Amino acid sequence: MIPASFDYVRASTADEAVQRLSEAGEDAKLLAGGHSLLPLMRLRMATPSLLVDIGGMRDLSYVKDGGDSLAIGALTRHGELARNELARREAPLLAHVAGQVGDPQVRHRGTIGGSIAHGDPASDLPAACLALGASFVTASPRGEQTRSADEFFTGFLETALAPDEMLVEIRVPKSAGATWSFQKFNRRAQDWAIVGVALARNGSTRIGLVNMGATPLRATAAEDALAGGASPAEASSRAGDGLAPPSDLSASAEYRRHLARVLVRRALEEAVAG
Amino acid sequence: MKVSVAVNGAARTDEVEPRLLLVHYLRDVVGLTGTNIGCDTSSCGACTVHVDGESVKSCTMLAVQADGAEITTIEGLASGGELHPMQEAFRQHHGLQCGYCTPGMVMAATSLLAENPSPTEAEVREGLEGNLCRCTGYHNIVKAVLAAAGAGR
Ligand SMILES: Cc1cc2nc3c(=O)[nH]c(=O)nc-3n(C[C@H](O)[C@H](O)[C@H](O)COP(=O)(O)OP(=O)(O)OC[C@H]3O[C@@H](n4cnc5c(N)ncnc54)[C@H](O)[C@@H]3O)c2cc1C
Ligand code: FES
Ligand code: FES
Repeated sequence: MIPASFDYVRASTADEAVQRLSEAGEDAKLLAGGHSLLPLMRLRMATPSLLVDIGGMRDLSYVKDGGDSLAIGALTRHGELARNELARREAPLLAHVAGQVGDPQVRHRGTIGGSIAHGDPASDLPAACLALGASFVTASPRGEQTRSADEFFTGFLETALAPDEMLVEIRVPKSAGATWSFQKFNRRAQDWAIVGVALARNGSTRIGLVNMGATPLRATAAEDALAGGASPAEASSRAGDGLAPPSDLSASAEYRRHLARVLVRRALEEAVAG
Repeated sequence: MKVSVAVNGAARTDEVEPRLLLVHYLRDVVGLTGTNIGCDTSSCGACTVHVDGESVKSCTMLAVQADGAEITTIEGLASGGELHPMQEAFRQHHGLQCGYCTPGMVMAATSLLAENPSPTEAEVREGLEGNLCRCTGYHNIVKAVLAAAGAGR
């Protein structure tokens, strides 16, 4: 399967990339690692007229100490993030999750920026970003903007990004994940999660869910129960409340709700046990 | 669109369509057919090659994305008539039956050892999770990779 024809340009700076996007209009797309976009293009489920390749911007591949937060360049590949010492120390949940994405080949190409911008409810890193209260810095012809993960994922494969906006940095508060857990449930190695749970705890508890709705989202009912003093068992029984997970070949919606309850309980137990 | 790469050490420049996948470039333009296409959906790893030393599924990358990169395919591993230690280990330990997955498996395994020269058995199994084999049951593949790791120590 070969993608439909498209024009292709390389951009070497974020300014250049967003300039190209704004000239080209809605049919243009950024290309980072290509590990979400190219499979869609090969199935002709995406047919952009122009790809602006940002994969060569290696200066946007970094993990830096930003004071209270850790700053991660959007072009940082999953494998680089998983192995990065600073990330493992200051954002261990995120580094761990990056190491659980797909397989080594996928982690050699896929980027954190691409994963977040794609907004796939089945992907792992957005759930971790929600749990950690991360924020996303973007560039566009209108300048720089910062949004919280909570306001970023707006619909199925839809985000708050404008068509000519590029994600440049992910910021993760250092203190957010003092204790944490990541539970990824799948039947075969390499697979996407059927349901996943990313949990970060520091005083309060935030829980990000994979594949429990149209977007990456939080288990707010369970979080509220915990904040109100509920036990892990009580709180986890609320993990699927108010959510409409998909039914597909891997699982029914009801089974997903069951998995969410079990995995949130396991995550809470693991985080409490430290 | 021009793409300049080094394939198994030989620099070359070709004019390609942007939509040409790296695996088709290697097989149809460069003429190196050792790299197989299995699933064509990014799942099986049969098309694994090294791009700047790291394993990549060449069916999920455009040739133009490889511009400026060094690419190694299965044809580039042996040198001077001698099999690469990983190839030799697959041979010694019967790490293949039909052989279809083997080029990708060997490329994934050599990339794995480059990152982790002394993996445990569990690390080998996890490190090869992007590569499917319908014949061997993986057992002898894992043995071969562990043997190659030992040989390189
Ligand atoms: C076999 C396989 C298994 C996988 N398994 C998993 C898994 O288990 N868990 C998981 O979470 N993911 C998985 N993935 C997806 C993988 O993590 C992708 O790498 C990631 O989702 C997208 O990153 P990318 O850099 O490849 O983005 P691309 O595919 O290049 O881009 C994806 C989308 O984001 C946009 N985009 C990219 N970068 C930016 C940016 N900086 N600013 C604005 N927009 C941008 C693009 O225009 C495009 O619309 C898998 C992929 C494959 C092929
Ligand atoms: S052919 Fe590339 S992963 Fe199967
Ligand atoms: S040896 Fe036949 S697929 Fe692996």
